[in-house]
Amino acid sequence: MATSPHRDPLGRLATYFYNRPRLLLLLLLLPPLAWLGVVYLGSLLALLVQSFFYIDEFTGRVVREFTLRTYLQLLEPANVDIFVRTTAMAASVTAAAALLAFPLAYYLARYASGRLKALLYLAVVLPLWSSYIVRVYAWKSILAREGIISWFLAQVGLSGLLEAVLALPGLGGSSLSTSALGMFLVFLYIWLPYMILPIQAALERVPASLLEASGDLGARPAQTFWTVILPLAFPGVVAGSIFTFSLTLGDFIIPSIIGNSSFFIGMAVLRHQGTAGNIPLAAAMTVVPMAIMGVYLLVARRLGAFDAL
Amino acid sequence: MGSTDRAPLALKLAAGGVLLFLHGPMAIIVLYAFTTEEAAFTFPPPGLTLQWFPAAWARADLWAALWLSVQVAAVAMALALLLGLLTALAVNRRFFGREALTFLVILPIALPGIVTGIALRSALNLMDLDFSFWTIVIGHATFCIVTVYNNVIARLRRTGASQIEASMDLGANGLQTFRYVLLPAIATALLAGGMLAFALSFDEVIVTTFTAGQQGTLPIWILEQLSRPRDRPVTNVTALFVIAVTTLPILLAHRLTQARADDK
Repeated sequence: MATSPHRDPLGRLATYFYNRPRLLLLLLLLPPLAWLGVVYLGSLLALLVQSFFYIDEFTGRVVREFTLRTYLQLLEPANVDIFVRTTAMAASVTAAAALLAFPLAYYLARYASGRLKALLYLAVVLPLWSSYIVRVYAWKSILAREGIISWFLAQVGLSGLLEAVLALPGLGGSSLSTSALGMFLVFLYIWLPYMILPIQAALERVPASLLEASGDLGARPAQTFWTVILPLAFPGVVAGSIFTFSLTLGDFIIPSIIGNSSFFIGMAVLRHQGTAGNIPLAAAMTVVPMAIMGVYLLVARRLGAFDAL
Repeated sequence: MGSTDRAPLALKLAAGGVLLFLHGPMAIIVLYAFTTEEAAFTFPPPGLTLQWFPAAWARADLWAALWLSVQVAAVAMALALLLGLLTALAVNRRFFGREALTFLVILPIALPGIVTGIALRSALNLMDLDFSFWTIVIGHATFCIVTVYNNVIARLRRTGASQIEASMDLGANGLQTFRYVLLPAIATALLAGGMLAFALSFDEVIVTTFTAGQQGTLPIWILEQLSRPRDRPVTNVTALFVIAVTTLPILLAHRLTQARADDK
């Protein structure tokens, strides 16, 4: 070894800390705690505090006084509309994601093995980490009037079906990319991997012997699925729904690019804090999805979702 | 739950369908980078061309956005590496409040990006700080810590403390133990976490819209093109480029952690 343990001062210092684990722990904790505990939690707290301020309507300046009037503004019909619309979208995206995620998660957990399994796993993880904005962009082109979906439906003679769906009130629009249906598809596509992984993890933990026992005791495969597999996978579904629900609630990029420009929580927050300069209202509006998620997490905890994460 | 029997055909088809849904849209991006169509997303493309690649190459605004994104991602990655490593080393020990700290690390990525974004923005406002390169970095580093932390803590749990104790018992000092025992054990985990952090930061757009001032990162540039399309062909090429830049580190990170898992 290049240096003797006794002559190297830095090394001796490191040994000193090794022998005093409490002090070392403190030193290890200091930077991350300063960052996450002070910078991050501090910011969240600052946000919460500002939601109790209000904006003076004449001067347009934020008045730093405790008040609940900003929260009262949230109860205006236009704002309630936004919350209902966003929550409904988050709920339908979550339900559809659970349905779509299950077959792939089930195949991954039960039948795939070795190289195929590693490859499939990568295929699910890759979109989770990469190119969010580019993937939204891809859908802009897919859903465009002249895009691949319209082209395909025209090829198989189903253009009439697309017209009929787009004519539906609340769901349709002038083209898929300006319809609520299109927005739903993009949300589903973007958050789907977050649902697949927890369901797969929950299914991996179902012992094969349990399924054999069920079969030996005379259950048909469908019965085994409904009475054994599904209840055991349910915490995984709930765990996945935490992500799909929360991420849909807070997203503002997708509703501002795809869809018919009716407001979602994220877009309203962006506008209030940006052009309107009404940070108190923006802050109060952000507290709403956080409160919804808080309740959601409490219910999820009861359903055992945290064991499945 | 592994099973030896064959999967039912319906299940295979359903799983295949979901995979197609997950990856088909990426193929569209690749295809449109070569289309001759300039204003719309006509499918099938009327013709194929390579001309948009040099066109994108010649764009100074793209280079500026790319350079900013690379700098932000590199600095955010370095910060995430340091903070993630420290957090993992600390959480690997027992102490009161350990659960709370793990929760705190995950929080920035579990909460919707808009919450983190507006929280940081309002804090900066309260402190009368100007938006700059560093405010973007602060936002990115905050949600990148978790990738490094996750990889390192998983490795530490598998490594165990006996090697470190043996090294100290055999007379190595603390620094030598760190350099020759601990670091080699966690090096690939650090690298994998760092690459994920880079990829995560490189295409982040939600938090960035709140913490950036006049500076636009590459994803912000794409976002502007999405709301006010002007250079569609160049955007298509840029999209393809962003996929490549974020996919490669993820594949590498996967290989790095996979290779270690196979050794055991």
